[in-house]
Amino acid sequence: MLLTTIESVPGKKIVKHLGLVQGSTVRSKHIGRDMMAGLKNIFGGELKGYTELLQESREEAIQRMSLQAESIGANAILNIRFSTSSITQGAAELYTYGTAVELEDNRV
Amino acid sequence: MFDLIVFLVLLTTGYIFGQWLERSHYRSIRKREEDLRSIPVIASKRLPDELCPCHTRMVVGNVVISIDFFKKFLASLRYLIGGRVSSYESLIDRARREAILRMKQQAKLAGANYVFNVKMETSSISKGRRETIGSVEVLAYGTAIIPANN
Repeated sequence: MLLTTIESVPGKKIVKHLGLVQGSTVRSKHIGRDMMAGLKNIFGGELKGYTELLQESREEAIQRMSLQAESIGANAILNIRFSTSSITQGAAELYTYGTAVELEDNRV
Repeated sequence: MFDLIVFLVLLTTGYIFGQWLERSHYRSIRKREEDLRSIPVIASKRLPDELCPCHTRMVVGNVVISIDFFKKFLASLRYLIGGRVSSYESLIDRARREAILRMKQQAKLAGANYVFNVKMETSSISKGRRETIGSVEVLAYGTAIIPANN
């Protein structure tokens, strides 16, 4: 699965346009991480636990999107965008979407 | 009285550690920006023809940075008179530059020489209640262009 944020893949032709695919995940932080973050709030600086948590969740959203694209027979997703929204206190939704396409296979 | 002492202790620790962390963070940002200057980050969507043939790959960088107690206090004073909240400005500036650096680092590992169509996304992790954690997440993502002969 080829993932990209631009609208075309250089050197390859799009043979089929398969529409929008999307993946999302809602995550909440756990209490231990939250306490550490509360402490960090006094000193300032990077919250490594949150950075990792968000990164993992985003990868999962990408994974779900790729699965959906695979199931409709795409081999690439173009024009990918991310978006984040906090739903309630302490939970965030990570959402990613893109255009699933089928690329020609003969040229690399 | 006791509350006041706790408040002052928090304020001074926030000031000392916050300033120290910010200064060392800026130092490391400047150093890494110097190292990664060879990979230009471009916001345009279209690839110039002379870059092809090439491979593409999505690269992502994110960071969560928290405000310190002293700056939070400064910002709350700001709310009384309005104007630029410079204590938050430096926080967001640090987060943005760090996210771009992490993205570029990934691009460098992949052997890329350009990153195209870079998008940024900023979100506050927790908002609302007064006692919550004031932190900001920045995500930078783009398409790394890897020359085909690699």
